[in-house]
Amino acid sequence: MNRITQKFNEKAADEKLMSLFITAGYPDLESTVEIVLGMEENGADMIELGMPFSDPLADGPTIQYSSDIAIKNGITIDKIFEMVVEIREKSEIPIILMGYMNPVLRYGVQEFCEKASRSGVDGLILPDIPVDEDEIIREHAEANNLPLIHLVAPNSSDIRMKLADSKSSGFVYCVSVTGVTGARDGKEVSDSVDKFIERVRENIIGNPVMVGFGIKSHEDAKRIASNADGFIVGSALINTIKNSYPKPEWKQDLYSLVYSLKFGN
Amino acid sequence: MTEQTKIKYQQPDTRGYFGQYGGKFVPEILIPAVRALEEEYERASKDPSFNSQLNELLDEYVGRPTKLTFANRLTEHYGKARIYMKREDLCHTGAHKINNAIGQVLLAQRMGKKRIIAETGAGQHGVATATACAKFGLECVVYMGAEDMVRQKLNVDRMHLLGAEVRSVESGSKTLKDATNEAIRDWVTNVEDTFYIIGSVVGPHPYPMMVRNFHRVIGDETKRQIMEAEGKLPDYLIACVGGGSNAMGFFYPFIEDESVNIIGIEAAGFGVDSGKTAATLTKGTPGILHGSMSYLLHDKNGQIELAHSISAGLDYPGIGPEHSHLFDTGRVSYNAVTDDEAMEAVKLLSKKEGIIPALETAHAFAWLENLISTTTEDQVVIVNCSGRGDKDMGTISENL
Repeated sequence: MNRITQKFNEKAADEKLMSLFITAGYPDLESTVEIVLGMEENGADMIELGMPFSDPLADGPTIQYSSDIAIKNGITIDKIFEMVVEIREKSEIPIILMGYMNPVLRYGVQEFCEKASRSGVDGLILPDIPVDEDEIIREHAEANNLPLIHLVAPNSSDIRMKLADSKSSGFVYCVSVTGVTGARDGKEVSDSVDKFIERVRENIIGNPVMVGFGIKSHEDAKRIASNADGFIVGSALINTIKNSYPKPEWKQDLYSLVYSLKFGN
Repeated sequence: MTEQTKIKYQQPDTRGYFGQYGGKFVPEILIPAVRALEEEYERASKDPSFNSQLNELLDEYVGRPTKLTFANRLTEHYGKARIYMKREDLCHTGAHKINNAIGQVLLAQRMGKKRIIAETGAGQHGVATATACAKFGLECVVYMGAEDMVRQKLNVDRMHLLGAEVRSVESGSKTLKDATNEAIRDWVTNVEDTFYIIGSVVGPHPYPMMVRNFHRVIGDETKRQIMEAEGKLPDYLIACVGGGSNAMGFFYPFIEDESVNIIGIEAAGFGVDSGKTAATLTKGTPGILHGSMSYLLHDKNGQIELAHSISAGLDYPGIGPEHSHLFDTGRVSYNAVTDDEAMEAVKLLSKKEGIIPALETAHAFAWLENLISTTTEDQVVIVNCSGRGDKDMGTISENL
C-alpha cells in the first residue's frame, strides 16, 4: 500500500497528521536527509520535499528565498532522488515531492516518474498543474504508482472540489487562504477557513484533506485543521532555519518548533 | 490580380492550445479568474456595443488608424524592395501597447473590477495601462524590475504622473520575468477584486489569444492600406518579437495568405551563442513559464535563464505560445539581431526617415540589412514600427 494511504489508515480518530515542507538543498545540500529524519523523530508524519524552481510564482518571499539558496547550492532533481534513497534506508515516512512543472518537464516526465517511484517517493504536488492540465503527467504518474495531489482553494467551486477529489489520491491539499505560501497572522486565516473546510468536507469524500498556508504554531494548526485530517507547515520552518543557521543549535531550534507544532508546548 | 493561395489557420483550440503550446498552467486559485475572463471575453467579443466602444476609443483616443508610411529614403538607400512602415509609434503613448491596454480595461470594467495590476519591462505596457486606468478612473499598480526602473526612468515618471503606483521588483534578475512573477503573486492574493492586464501574447489562456485579437487591428489596417497603396499584398512582413504582441497583431491577418513571407526578429543581445541573449526560439526549448507551454531559455535543470538585450522590452526568456507554434510549423521564420545591429538601425532610420525608433522596433529594421539584398525592386516589405524611441534616449546616448 502507498505509504501516504497507510499513514491515514493508521491515524487515530482525533489525531491530526502533520506534513512538513522543506526545500531540498536548503540551507545546504548535506543537511536535508538529516533534518527530514530529525523532523520525523520530533513528530512529522509526512514530508513534502520542495524541488526548487527559479520562478516559484505561487510562493511568497520565504520559499522564494530558500529556493534561490538551494539552486545556488547546486540542487538538482537527481540529487533529490539520491536524498530520498538515503532517507529510505532509515525511514518509511511518506515523502511527497512538491515543485513546479518546468524542471520536471525538462528532466523528462516519464524518466522523472520512474526514478521518483524507484527512489521511494510516494506522491507529487505540482502547484502549476491544475486538474485541467494534469494529462501532461497523469499517465506516467499512474504507471509508476505516484499519486497526484491536487489543491483546492476557498474560491474553488463545488464542482472544482469534486474534480480535484476524483483526480487526486493520497489526500487533497486545501489552501486555507487565497494567496501565496507564507506564514501569516493566524487570525487572518481562521476567520474564513471554517466555512471553507465545511464545504471541502461536503465535496471531497474520496480522499483525506490536509490544510496548509499560514500555519505557524500548534494553536494555528488546532484551529485551522479542526475539521481536517491534518495540516501542512512550510514557510514557518524555513523562517526558523533562516533565523538560526549556521549557529550550532540551528537543527535543535527547528526540531523544537516541529515538536511544538505537533504536540503543543 | 491573381487569386491568392490561402492556408487554413484556426488557433487556438478550445483549451487554449496553439498546436502543442499554450494551455493554463496556473495555480488552482487562479482558475476561477481565468475561466471568468475567458467567458467574459467571449461574450464581449460578440457584443456590438463592446466593439463599438472599443473602436471609438481606438479612433478618438489612441489615434487609429495609424498611417502606413512609404520609407522613400530607406528604399533609395538599399535600392531594392519598396519599404513601408506601419506607424504604431504614432499611437497615443508612443507604441502599440495601448491597443491591448484599452481593450482589457474595458473588459475589467465589464467585470466590475476596480483594481488593475500589470507587469512591465520597457515601461511601455505600464504606461499604456496607467493611461487607460487614468482615462477610466481605475486604481493601477504596475510591477517593474528594479533594473528596468533605472533603464527606463522616463516611463517610471510617466506612470507616476498618470496616477499609477509603480512597485519595484527586487527578486531574481530584476527585469520583466520577475515583474511578471510578482504580478501573478499579487493576482493570486487579490483575485477577487483585481484584474491582471498582461502586456503581451503570453500567460495562461485566454491571454495569448485575447491580446493577439486586441492587436490584430495593426495587421487588418496594414492589409487595407497596402492594397490601397500598392494594389497587392506585401511580399514580406517584419516585426520584432519579445513576448511578441506587436508581431502577433501585425502577422495574424496575413497568416492564411501564403504568398506573404513573415519574419519575426528576436533580440540576440551580444550574440545568440554569447550566453547573453534573449533569442528564445533560436536558442531555447519548450517548457512552462508564467502559465503557458512555450519555448524558453532555461538550463539543463529547467531553471529559467537570465535573458539579455539592450532593449528592455525584448529582455524576456520566454515567448508567446502562438509564436512557438508558428516557429514549429515554419509559417513564420524567426531570426535574431544583436544589440549593435539594433543600434545601427536606430541611427539609420533616424537619419534616413526622421524617425527615432524604440530599441525593440530597431531590431525589426535591422533585419533589412540581411533581407533586402535577396529582394527585387518590384517587391514590397512592411516593417512594423511598433514604438518610438524617446523612452530609450538614455540607452541610445550611451551607445552612440
